[in-house]
Amino acid sequence: MLWEVDVCLRDADADHAARALVAGAAELAIAGCTRARSTAGWLIEGEISRPEAERLAARLLADPVTESVTVAEVGDAALLAGPAGLPTALHVLPRTGVTDPAGQSACEAMRLLGVEPVAVRSVRKYWLPSLPPADVERLAWKLLASEAIHDVVVGPLALATLGGGRPWTFTQETVRLEGLDDAALAKVSRSRSLALSPRELAAVRDHFRGLGRDPWEIELETIAQTWSEHCCHKTLGSPIDHVGPAGPVRFDNLLKETVFAATRTIRERLGPHDWCVSVFRDNSGVVRFDGDHDICVKVETHNHPSAIEPYGGAATGLGGVIRDVLGTGLGAKPIANLDVFCVGPADTAPDDLPPGVIHPRRLLAGVVAGVRDYGNRMGIPTIAGAVAFDPGYLCNPLVFCGTVGIMPRHSAAGAAVRAGDLVVVAGGRTGRDGIHGATFSSEELSSASESQSGGAVQIGHAIHEKMLSDFVLEAARQGLFHAITDCGAGGLSSAVGEMGATLGATVDLEKVPLKYEGLSATEVWISEAQERMVLAVAPADWERLAEVAADEGVEATAIGTFTGTGKLLLRWHGRTAGDLECHFLHEGRPKARLESRFVPPAIEPQVWSERLGAGATLDAALVAVLSLPDVASKEWIIRQYDHEVQGASVIKPLVGPGSGPADATVIRGVLGRDRGIALGVGLRHRLGTRDPYQMAAGGIVEAIANVVATGADPDRIALLDNFCWGDTRRPESLATLVEACRACHDMALEFMAPFVSGKDSLNNVFAWTDATGTHRELSIPPTLLATALGQIDDVRRAVTSDFKRAGDRLAIVGLSCGDLAGSQLELLGLVRGGRGPAVDPAACRAAFHAVSEAARAGILSACHDCSDGGLLAAVAEMAIAGGLGARVDLDATPSEIAVPTAARPFATAFTETPGRFICAVPAAVAERFAGVMQGVPWAWLGSVTPEAALEITAAGAAVQVPLDRLARAWRTAAGAERSRG
Amino acid sequence: MLSPRALVLRAPGTNCDHETAHAFERAGAIARRVHVKALAEKPTLLDDIQILCIPGGFSYGDDIASGRIFALELALRLGDALRGFRDRGGLVLGICNGFQVLLQTGLLLADAEGRPRAALAHNRSGRFIDRWVRLEVRGTKCPFLHGLDAAFDLPIAHGEGRFVTASQADLDAFDAAGQLVLRYAADSTGSPTNPNGAAADVAGACDATGRVFGLMPHPERFIDATHHPAWSGRFDTAAAGAGLAVFTNAVKTVS
Repeated sequence: MLWEVDVCLRDADADHAARALVAGAAELAIAGCTRARSTAGWLIEGEISRPEAERLAARLLADPVTESVTVAEVGDAALLAGPAGLPTALHVLPRTGVTDPAGQSACEAMRLLGVEPVAVRSVRKYWLPSLPPADVERLAWKLLASEAIHDVVVGPLALATLGGGRPWTFTQETVRLEGLDDAALAKVSRSRSLALSPRELAAVRDHFRGLGRDPWEIELETIAQTWSEHCCHKTLGSPIDHVGPAGPVRFDNLLKETVFAATRTIRERLGPHDWCVSVFRDNSGVVRFDGDHDICVKVETHNHPSAIEPYGGAATGLGGVIRDVLGTGLGAKPIANLDVFCVGPADTAPDDLPPGVIHPRRLLAGVVAGVRDYGNRMGIPTIAGAVAFDPGYLCNPLVFCGTVGIMPRHSAAGAAVRAGDLVVVAGGRTGRDGIHGATFSSEELSSASESQSGGAVQIGHAIHEKMLSDFVLEAARQGLFHAITDCGAGGLSSAVGEMGATLGATVDLEKVPLKYEGLSATEVWISEAQERMVLAVAPADWERLAEVAADEGVEATAIGTFTGTGKLLLRWHGRTAGDLECHFLHEGRPKARLESRFVPPAIEPQVWSERLGAGATLDAALVAVLSLPDVASKEWIIRQYDHEVQGASVIKPLVGPGSGPADATVIRGVLGRDRGIALGVGLRHRLGTRDPYQMAAGGIVEAIANVVATGADPDRIALLDNFCWGDTRRPESLATLVEACRACHDMALEFMAPFVSGKDSLNNVFAWTDATGTHRELSIPPTLLATALGQIDDVRRAVTSDFKRAGDRLAIVGLSCGDLAGSQLELLGLVRGGRGPAVDPAACRAAFHAVSEAARAGILSACHDCSDGGLLAAVAEMAIAGGLGARVDLDATPSEIAVPTAARPFATAFTETPGRFICAVPAAVAERFAGVMQGVPWAWLGSVTPEAALEITAAGAAVQVPLDRLARAWRTAAGAERSRG
Repeated sequence: MLSPRALVLRAPGTNCDHETAHAFERAGAIARRVHVKALAEKPTLLDDIQILCIPGGFSYGDDIASGRIFALELALRLGDALRGFRDRGGLVLGICNGFQVLLQTGLLLADAEGRPRAALAHNRSGRFIDRWVRLEVRGTKCPFLHGLDAAFDLPIAHGEGRFVTASQADLDAFDAAGQLVLRYAADSTGSPTNPNGAAADVAGACDATGRVFGLMPHPERFIDATHHPAWSGRFDTAAAGAGLAVFTNAVKTVS
């Protein structure tokens, strides 16, 4: 029997889904959709009587105060009797095989009421006026449903069952490689989407020739996962012959000899004072925090899944990086999240979208909602982030998710799998989620296209991960496991593979708990189903661990043993499904030597707009800069994230009475203690194509400056790299990646700030055939996201960016230069060409230490770094945040600017030279501040005023801008907010 | 004398239990986090405590509605035990998700048969929102709020916090009985801070005894001066945040 329960809000004004639908219809210029209603529906399958169904509705599914309810069997006319004037019923429901958290929660809750459903699925139902079918279709797919995960049914639901699946019967598929030439091998790789090169497949072929057989499917899949770009830094770890600006360089392993090497050198220099604990080894980078804690941090990308299904892609991206932290050492507690999005321009015309590309506004709304719903449910504050808008990201949006964790000292070193340990999988059940091109095998699970999507897209279930997290941390507290890692890309194959890389393991795949029957051994092994972790557990601890899991309502299953044979043996009911040598799996990949040739982009001379002579004014430019998408307020996003849960918040993303932007956010590491953690990011993507080295260097400096501005100790800053690149197969584009790596190496050493973890996402290129039939390609700009994890001795000394008191003096620290390529001023069209700003490491280092000393001495009333929008934007943000004005004399700015006289004020006001700070200093301590700044380029710039306005003097002339005008401009970020959340 | 004991009750998806327990400890109580499964198996745990707190979070994912499943579980498995605890003079505090749970268990603002007469609906904006609000206390009925005479700030963080009643008559009755004890107030600039469209600006309410109290704002997120978004350079960092009073009041009341 299949029941449908429809729950409807009595108060039509409170029907937000309907209101969003009507607003969206207007934007799509669909006439006649001026009214709508929405209904939360539940499909319940099982031997359930009407009274039982009605009891479920009344006790569980509907609110007696605010909602009305309809209960009927699917197909019953009562379910199609909509509100007056809204005859069209449109159903949106998750596709078979796609995770349905609401349905699962409801199903579990019904057992409380003594009802045992076979399955429950949630369905959203919309009531529309009678519209042309084409318009209904457009509404459905443009506003309500995602083709990747939803079914849409207009009119009655013709559904007999929610589907089940039937058991898989063991078959052993051999993949013939013997005798195949490169062309044939390439075909095998393509047809099975293995992403292995002919050279790599040849190595596999030759290895198995030695064993006298061809590989089985499951073995080949395991190798493909282990050798994938995602699991081993294929490109960054390659030997490369590079020809750079400084001549030819030969790398045997690019990453090892740049980023890792810098960290190694720093640790050697620090000697006994080395504060790194575990770098580039574990699931996240670990550094010392206080006497009894270490902290760890990891930032991941989830670009391609988010491009297909923004909500699910971003949510599972966050879920994955949270598990990376949970799976560090012997388990770390996640205490903060960050998210950074790079998307196309919000005002992109819908007609300009290449086929299959989601509009940036809908995409941004989707990824924000994904992070919100997953992070908020996990109870981890999302405290830091950024959004960048650039045409280069239109087809390949970037979604970065990061997590910070805290763990007892020595936990990181303590983790090691031992021979004889059980292989335990804990958390969610395994389905076809995330299996590349997987196709459902049993006819009960509907059509092939559905199963494709059901497989390709992962949907997160945050509460299952929260329960998993509670279980892991309790088991860690009781010391019930020897090692732990998360099931991410490659699923069990890479989790168990990595943990057993030297010891080897035997796994009985039929023991893995499934969401539904029908998965083959290979699918079980490589599924990327979410919310799972693998633990190595001593047999003696297994019983206790199972109890802890049961107490938290988490499923934990022993599926095998870490053996010590050095072999990865996969079984299905005792029969051998796969048999791999760990050494070949992890060391057998042939490495190709890559060519890299740097072609310096032509630098056009700097050209200033005629508007300079024709009425362009500083105040107008400032107002325009503040409302540019990169600079404008992100409050509409920040407020959707719970950034205060866990009670450790010290500096929030929005600070001061006027809710201005903070540089970095600060939290206490441990409740009741005063030592703090500062988190900041840097992104200089606009320089990516013009100067990859300075793009990376500038981003790193910005990330460091952000945490230093809040009072973080510049001698305790850990860095993370996230490289997102376009095509790196061509020597000239690979060279931009090499140059960025060199910048990471150099900057880390300059600032003694070690990289502790990182990740790369390459080949972010989109190819399509446009309306005119011509082949087109769009690549993202070379993008390095730098993340800085800082530490503050005493959070009560932390400094925020908001002005505090009229009368405080204003200083600018750091030298301003006239290079404006990639600046917001360039986006305004007031200038173009020239170079981008270059990092002066010595000057930055001096500024960092001086600002930090001033903060520690307690003589800064406010501090803000100059980044997007430069000096004037920074001062304006400080004024908005504090609700106070300022008097600023640009002519006082220490600078090396050679531009036409008319342009000088604009260059000074808006240059984005990295490593500069605006400091507010109480007049009483002005002398001391000057003392601290000895040897640093700095100058008094003006003062904080009680008037609600900025008074800017340049070249002798003064202009006044009212604060409310600046605030209004800055808050027009709301432009993006109108996107449907 | 012995420190009072507080039990912080958690369910799958509860996520404010640690800082809430920390706030009780700061206020001088001995706080223990207990899973609802454990309490259902051993309801006598309530005999040894004086304060029961249901903290914030997304119990069971809030996928059907906020607090719905948790409330159902409590009503089915612990209804009598909870009523007994209240009638013995125990204090019950529900914060955010805990407030949503209390209303649906019938322990707070329900009719004689224990049917809910009030609910917390989706915010008017239709969105989850994290921001700070100005609050003021009405009347003296609720021991948790004693001494909080001047308006004070707390953060809210919820998607479903719009207080509604089954009817205007219910609203008037609860108001007349002095149970709508915590209201969103105007901020320093005089503009209203009601963040979700709550009826009568209600941010928190108590039962007829005053001992069962639920609120949407998070007092455990303002126990240190440094929790406030504008603390830096303005507040005495040694001072406690306004939210701590809710916990110290509870401790005083049962001591």
